[in-house]
Amino acid sequence: MTIVAESIILPERRGAAGRLSDFFWRHPYALLAVLLGPPLLWLGVVYLGSLFALLLQSFFSIDDFSGLINYEFTLATYRQLLSETNLDIIIRTVTMAAAVTLVSALIAFPIAYYAARYARGKWKVLFYLGVMLPLWSSYLVKIYAWKLILAKEGILNWFFEKLNLLWLLDAWLAVPVVGGNSLSVSYTGTFIVFVYVWMPFMILPIQAALERVPTNLIEASSDLGGTPAQTFRHVLFPLALPGIVAGSIFTFSLTLGDYIIPQIIGSSRLFIGQAVYAQQGTAGNIPLAAAFTVVPIVIMGLYLWMAKRMGAFDAL
Amino acid sequence: MRSEKSNRAPVGLKIAAAGGLAFMHVPILLIFLYAFTTEEKSYQFPPPGLTTQWFGVAWDRPDVWAALTLSVKVASIATATALVLGTLCAAAVSQTRFFGRETISLLVILPIALPGIITGIALRSAFSMADIPFSFWTIVLGHATFCIVVVYNNAVARFRRISGSLIEASMDLGADGFQTFRHVILPNIGTALLAGGMLAFALSFDEVIVTTFTAGQQSTLPIWMLEELIRPRQRPVTNVVAMIVVVVTFLPILGAYYLTRDGDQIAGAGK
Repeated sequence: MTIVAESIILPERRGAAGRLSDFFWRHPYALLAVLLGPPLLWLGVVYLGSLFALLLQSFFSIDDFSGLINYEFTLATYRQLLSETNLDIIIRTVTMAAAVTLVSALIAFPIAYYAARYARGKWKVLFYLGVMLPLWSSYLVKIYAWKLILAKEGILNWFFEKLNLLWLLDAWLAVPVVGGNSLSVSYTGTFIVFVYVWMPFMILPIQAALERVPTNLIEASSDLGGTPAQTFRHVLFPLALPGIVAGSIFTFSLTLGDYIIPQIIGSSRLFIGQAVYAQQGTAGNIPLAAAFTVVPIVIMGLYLWMAKRMGAFDAL
Repeated sequence: MRSEKSNRAPVGLKIAAAGGLAFMHVPILLIFLYAFTTEEKSYQFPPPGLTTQWFGVAWDRPDVWAALTLSVKVASIATATALVLGTLCAAAVSQTRFFGRETISLLVILPIALPGIITGIALRSAFSMADIPFSFWTIVLGHATFCIVVVYNNAVARFRRISGSLIEASMDLGADGFQTFRHVILPNIGTALLAGGMLAFALSFDEVIVTTFTAGQQSTLPIWMLEELIRPRQRPVTNVVAMIVVVVTFLPILGAYYLTRDGDQIAGAGK
């Protein structure tokens, strides 16, 4: 009897590692603390701490005369945020983000649909890598490529010239708001680059959603007399919508916070990111910069809440 | 019975998909062309001539080498840090049940879900409040923060596929926790960690927005590129550097893909 008991209940391990291992086995919460401690310290304390410190600063104000921060609780900075010029910046950025998201979805959908439904074997791999490589290639290089393309002596002008369509380009540039002196200093240019840089983030979520649509559902729709347009409208689109919303989280959020693209290709009118950058840098108004960062946080918070209700996170 | 017709894509769809892919790839291919142009004052298209002399010029530039070395150093240390922290976090979330588990996943994703400028300015003001001077280490700290999520995502996906009975079997056969980790868990998650590490490296190597806030006087390769973008001084060298950056980032992405392609979740599907 004792022999059996001894062989079932193993003796304690020897050595520091053995004893430590036994300790963790008996106290799983100690192991959990060891595992979670370092990442929580980093993300929870360093990162979240900085984030809260920043948000806190938005409730301070800046002294107009000395330029120093006045550490007293006030909503004056938020009042400043809602002034006409700043509201203009916010509306401009949100409109741009919405337009970029919409057009990105339009371009991404056919790629995602083809990859999900028709591409097989080798083609599937090619499609996948064909999406992944531009998605991951350098952000600045992508912007640089468009600087080359949109330049006056660049390929786009050359192309329009060869096709004798320069009048079309000029007519477009003459349109107020979206036009400008040349494409590289107009909203159109900013918009194209935004779409180019963020659109790849849309494809894979849509593809993931479409891959879960059974083929026979589409066949059933056409068997019941649905035209391709009706099938798309009533079957495919509603099922792909969570994927589109999931992808739009990226395109929307990334456009909201970007300050490099409008700085390099665009008009002199500011976007939220540029305003934050200018306020914290040259203007030295950290409270207003902090208040500006609250805008994308609030918008993204609402957006994520809506997306969650639509079930977009299952498509990620 | 399936009709033959439903397996063939409509022409319109084919054109739209091909057009979309072309839109994504042509600008990057142009970078390759411009690296060889003889024109050095403008972005003239078509290039008046082709030459390889700019590669030699770029090779001899000490500022390019300094930026490249700094970028590689930062990316290596940030990746190593992210590997440790991301794996720990993934192990805790996937192997145990505890209160607030969902919150941890959200916390890990936050640095990448919020626009980079917010992470950047938050860290910057925290550094200045704590009187930490900008240095190599402040850059690393910023980069590691958003690299954790890439490692974490890869590791969590792989941990989910390891069956718990494998670990129990190892324990039943008398292995202690460390031996189980060394001989059972590590071989199983190894490729996922390698893939996650490669993606983290690529992410850090390319990062510019957070870096502009957390770097002092040093310039990483993206910062060098950014300065050239705002005030172009040496276009031919920039063209060559842009091409090299494209090639350098492609390698880890391809590597990560081949390491994880058999799994249910392929690395790099999200950035």
